[in-house]
Amino acid sequence: MGGLIAYGAYVPHHRLRRSEIAAVLGGAAAPGTRTVAGHDEDSTSLGVEAARTALRGLSDGRAPRRLYFASSAPAYRDKTNATAVHAALRLDRSAPAADMCGAVRSGFDAVGAAIDSPVPALAVLSDLRGGLPGGADERDGGDAAAALVFSGSGEDASTAPVIAEVMGQGWATAEFLDRWRPQDAVASRTWEERFGEQAYAPLAESAFAQALKEADLTPEGVDHLIVAGAHGRAVRTAAARTGVPREAWADDLSRSIGNPGAAQFAVVLCDVLDRAGAGETVAVLLLGDGASALVLRTTEALAERRPAPSVGEQVAGGDDSLTYATYLTWRGLLDREPPRRPDPEPPSAPPMHRSTDWKYALVAGRCASCGTRHLPPADVCRACRHTGRMEPEPMADVPATITTYTVDHLAYSLNPPVVTAVVDFEGGGRMRCELADTDPGSVRIGNRVEMSFRRTQTARGVHNYFWKARPARRVPGQG
Amino acid sequence: MGSNGIRDRVAIVGMGCTAFGEHWGRSVENMLVESTNAAAQSAGLALTDVDAFWLGTQGSGVSGLTLSRTLRIGDKPVTRVENFCATGSEALRQACYAVASGAYDVAMAVGVEKLKDSGYSGLVGTAIPDDGTVGMNDMTAPASFSLLAPAYAERYGVDQDQLKDVLARIAWKNHVNGARNERAQFRKEVPIERIKAAPPVAGMLGVFDCSGVSDGSAAAIVVRAEDAYRYTDKPIFVKALSFVAGAATGASDPDYDFTTFPEVVASARDAYRQAGVTDPRTQIAMAEVHDCFTPTELVLMEDLGFSERGQAWKDVQAGVFDLEGELPVNPDGGLKAFGHPIGASGLRMMFEAWLQLRGEAPPDRRITSLGEGRLALTHNLGGAPGECVSFVSLVGAEPGA
Repeated sequence: MGGLIAYGAYVPHHRLRRSEIAAVLGGAAAPGTRTVAGHDEDSTSLGVEAARTALRGLSDGRAPRRLYFASSAPAYRDKTNATAVHAALRLDRSAPAADMCGAVRSGFDAVGAAIDSPVPALAVLSDLRGGLPGGADERDGGDAAAALVFSGSGEDASTAPVIAEVMGQGWATAEFLDRWRPQDAVASRTWEERFGEQAYAPLAESAFAQALKEADLTPEGVDHLIVAGAHGRAVRTAAARTGVPREAWADDLSRSIGNPGAAQFAVVLCDVLDRAGAGETVAVLLLGDGASALVLRTTEALAERRPAPSVGEQVAGGDDSLTYATYLTWRGLLDREPPRRPDPEPPSAPPMHRSTDWKYALVAGRCASCGTRHLPPADVCRACRHTGRMEPEPMADVPATITTYTVDHLAYSLNPPVVTAVVDFEGGGRMRCELADTDPGSVRIGNRVEMSFRRTQTARGVHNYFWKARPARRVPGQG
Repeated sequence: MGSNGIRDRVAIVGMGCTAFGEHWGRSVENMLVESTNAAAQSAGLALTDVDAFWLGTQGSGVSGLTLSRTLRIGDKPVTRVENFCATGSEALRQACYAVASGAYDVAMAVGVEKLKDSGYSGLVGTAIPDDGTVGMNDMTAPASFSLLAPAYAERYGVDQDQLKDVLARIAWKNHVNGARNERAQFRKEVPIERIKAAPPVAGMLGVFDCSGVSDGSAAAIVVRAEDAYRYTDKPIFVKALSFVAGAATGASDPDYDFTTFPEVVASARDAYRQAGVTDPRTQIAMAEVHDCFTPTELVLMEDLGFSERGQAWKDVQAGVFDLEGELPVNPDGGLKAFGHPIGASGLRMMFEAWLQLRGEAPPDRRITSLGEGRLALTHNLGGAPGECVSFVSLVGAEPGA
């Protein structure tokens, strides 16, 4: 078995204080916050951001050659969502991109497939979880994504150093009715809580024991225990029965992020890896239509390959001023009066197909004659009028600075007002784009920004993905 | 090779302009009938005497049939012109060249727009199928032009409160002028404090910083200069026509700083050269400029050479561009108060020059300094900062030597 060579998580900027829900709907106020994907984010865009963080430290020659995308909230049916992630990351055309969408537990299966892959493989786990207003799923759910890259094995394996070895795995599959969601329903349904708790307990024990045995490990030897799943009570019971000492239980981030479904265990794993020392064991136990377990052991290489920003930094950097009404609006649970403006037009398929690198991966053009950067790539250079195909110039990770800006109260948005800026990139190039995750009152000329992959709008069922700028989080030159 | 102009080779001998506003009861056809007939009458012509037509409309009709069908004029060339908000000026430019070339004796330029039939707020663009990455489609017009304000303030060290006062004064001045114009959409003076307190639209711009969305039509009849006095004893002579479509690099070139329209600078330079203008502030007695939003008018004062760079905000505050000032700008109320039916606006600007140069503007907004042989300027712009088209014309009451 190979191992983990890179990881990264994405925690959306917005937080809903759980007390906000009670303030509107009544009832007892629950403590803490849950993350909320922006109005311009979905599971695809969250996944792209997590994968960018994971891949930033890997050189091009070490890029994944397979992609698995898992979510219980895929943006599209029929159409593969992993292909948009593939395009945004500029993975090689020969690298397959597969969806493993639907079940909340799919994230674990995407990771399993990536572990088993003979070639370097990327698992992107991304989810938006919620439920009907006032329910436990709305309160306890969360939105986040994580990306894990595994090395592959044998002669096709990546040459990147392994940061965590895969020591053991275990499964216990069972068919029973715990949580389900009919087609097109906005909320899950669940069976009586105590039934699931009883049903999961033996399955969890069995899967965990199998993984530990394969890793040649005792419960006392586990340095970090992650127990995940949508059934909170069963998760607590299963954790207690592992025999792993309580001080080794990882913080499940439920007080700050909530439970981001298919991405939950991987986001917590990223947080553990952000802090774990070399040679430490991490055991993951997931409950969902059975149980699955995975044991990893960190290596010396981990310390040098931690991504930025960390999960902790992202948790700390959030904005918890979101109102419950805005949350409901973004989730489509509150039908608001539209503006007196024409409905937005969806993008057109052939032009999108012609500009995939620009649109999805923010690849600009560099004049083949004078080197001037062009966003977007153009047929004729504005500086030297050279005519012909430009060299690809990836811009997604190039920092930029605000040159001028405006706050548009007229433009339609689910998060008005729209903040638009003209941003100039380090090393040349300019783009006019929307600012995401931005307090309109805080924008100033000279502010530093970084690029972020977003779903800019949805029109007639077509999601339009493109890039926005957001306030810089990373220190320039880092990562 | 060169832009030679057609100084004093053609003249405008008739003009017509409807009132601008929310004409719920009037159609495109109805407004075209009024403006074209008024123009023909003022030249002592019948519409059937016109040899060729240029119809400017941004989106209220397609093809020359929009005009020929309406006026029931057959067997005449009618060209439909579109060039963003400079559409009306572009129609006039084509008509002038057609006459100057000798191809036609009498040409008409007519502009029309019906914005209030869409049912939407503000302007609505035409959607061209694209890849969903074209930023301009996501930006409203006020947002695009509001980008000028913080950039100007930053470059010239004007603080935001000062700049807000300057912008409000531009709106105030144009409302004062519009209040003296029976054709204007908004005919009330608005106190500065009310302008500043208006609901925000984009950036520093409030509702009163934006031009009126309206319906309207205007038309002009063009003949050879030597024929002009056969139609009227007070023709106005075309001294310069310049039009520039920018390379649209402002949105992609970090060297562009959003405090100027390079396209306006280029078209003004060309127009001044054609007309022999070397000192615009003294040789020009009035200007109708494209004040789509207040920061636009501010920047135009510098781009047209009326103010030194970085000084226009002081000139505005000093009243230089007021009706009684050294160089009155938008004496008819401008886009701000007269309204902005896209295809008609360029010809509406020329209509004010026509009235003023002929001494026909009402006494309470008449510019007396025009009598000294000075010129009138019209400036019409389309697009957004960084990627626009710009038109500049100069006209005068005296024929060339």
